[in-house]
Amino acid sequence: MSATYGVTPSQTVGPYLALGLTWDDGADVVPAGTPGAVLLGGTVFDGAGEIVTDAMIETWQADPDGRFDHPDDPRGAVTPSVPGFRGFGRAATDAEGRWEIRTLEPGALPAEDGATEAPHLTVSVFARGLLDRVVTRVYFPQQAEANAADPVLTSVPAERRDTLVAVPDGEGRLRFDIHLQGERETVFFDC
Amino acid sequence: MTTTQRPAGYAPVPAGTNPPLTFSGYRSTGLRAPSQAPIVLPHRLTEVTGPLLPGPIGPNDHDLTTQHANEPGGGEAQGQRIVVFGRVLDSDGRAVPDTLVEVWQANAAGRYRHARDNWPAPLDPNFSGGGRVLTDAQGNYSFTTIKPGAYPWGNHHNAWRPAHIHFSLFGQAFPQRLVTQMYFPDDPLFAQDPIYNSVPESARHRMVSTFDLDATRPEWALAFRFDIVLRGREQSVFEEPHA
Repeated sequence: MSATYGVTPSQTVGPYLALGLTWDDGADVVPAGTPGAVLLGGTVFDGAGEIVTDAMIETWQADPDGRFDHPDDPRGAVTPSVPGFRGFGRAATDAEGRWEIRTLEPGALPAEDGATEAPHLTVSVFARGLLDRVVTRVYFPQQAEANAADPVLTSVPAERRDTLVAVPDGEGRLRFDIHLQGERETVFFDC
Repeated sequence: MTTTQRPAGYAPVPAGTNPPLTFSGYRSTGLRAPSQAPIVLPHRLTEVTGPLLPGPIGPNDHDLTTQHANEPGGGEAQGQRIVVFGRVLDSDGRAVPDTLVEVWQANAAGRYRHARDNWPAPLDPNFSGGGRVLTDAQGNYSFTTIKPGAYPWGNHHNAWRPAHIHFSLFGQAFPQRLVTQMYFPDDPLFAQDPIYNSVPESARHRMVSTFDLDATRPEWALAFRFDIVLRGREQSVFEEPHA
């Protein structure tokens, strides 16, 4: 059966997204003070290497047990064991092109045919000049073995995989820069 | 615990729906659109789920005309009052209930309350331009606001954005996430606007609201219907190749 209703097209968020899309606690996937929380963030760059100060990053992830509080997870919806965990983060870039969320490393996920997905966040990037969001993933640097077996990461050409892995950035911090275009262009997915 | 099959995901966005990421008429795409083809990502657990957010929604977030009415010296927003309403459906015609709808827009003079908007049209002290609602069980939403003005921008000679309201929706899973713009019927500025025209011609009308006389509020507000359609589910899971 083909689709009955025409899907509404995407449009850019434009430069003034902060009026509608910033929340006081948007960057808090977990509340401040949550044990083990990490600050994950980075800078967004354009194809000329210039910072992008009017972008917004959204993240979505499993909880530390590898579960989702969502009815379409075939394993069933599970209330997160971490109080205040909502799986979702939203951060606009600042005057330095930086974004940052506070989160916990998610658990690994079962995949088809007995495979396992390494811990990851899925990421949407919105900005003036992007007529549709672009989608990427963040993997964790200390999970080298799991990353090497991840069905999504291994579908990416080997020489580009490192654009999807965050880098340690001091105690409790991880850096994930996003290059929209150019020599170090981040891998984006057709999702 | 393992899943042996990939969970049913969402149907691809049909060709002829979305704008290309690189669109020469819209200059800002030049250095921002990725140059490499995206890698196809079959939907897995992270994709068939998504944030089911109840907010944050404040008490006046559905009515952008009264957000400053109760402040000292405050009042109603200036401009032509309108009701913007509609249904959120998926492409199979199913209602999308309980999904957060966020909007932002310029004021009646075409100016945004934003530090970077230096178009010298007046700011309205009683209009901030942001709103939020949840759809109801049938996918209905409604905002009261003012009709935004058109405004010039620096994209090309004599460039003007048609009047529009930005919309952001989550849907029920990550692939349904949508940011779009709602336009008003018969706008004479459509022909020269590259953002509107970046969308394939046959799909542009889906971004244009319709005037609805029956929904007007007599002696108070005009009304425009804007139905929004998000991607539907896959009809069947693709067979995974066997070793």
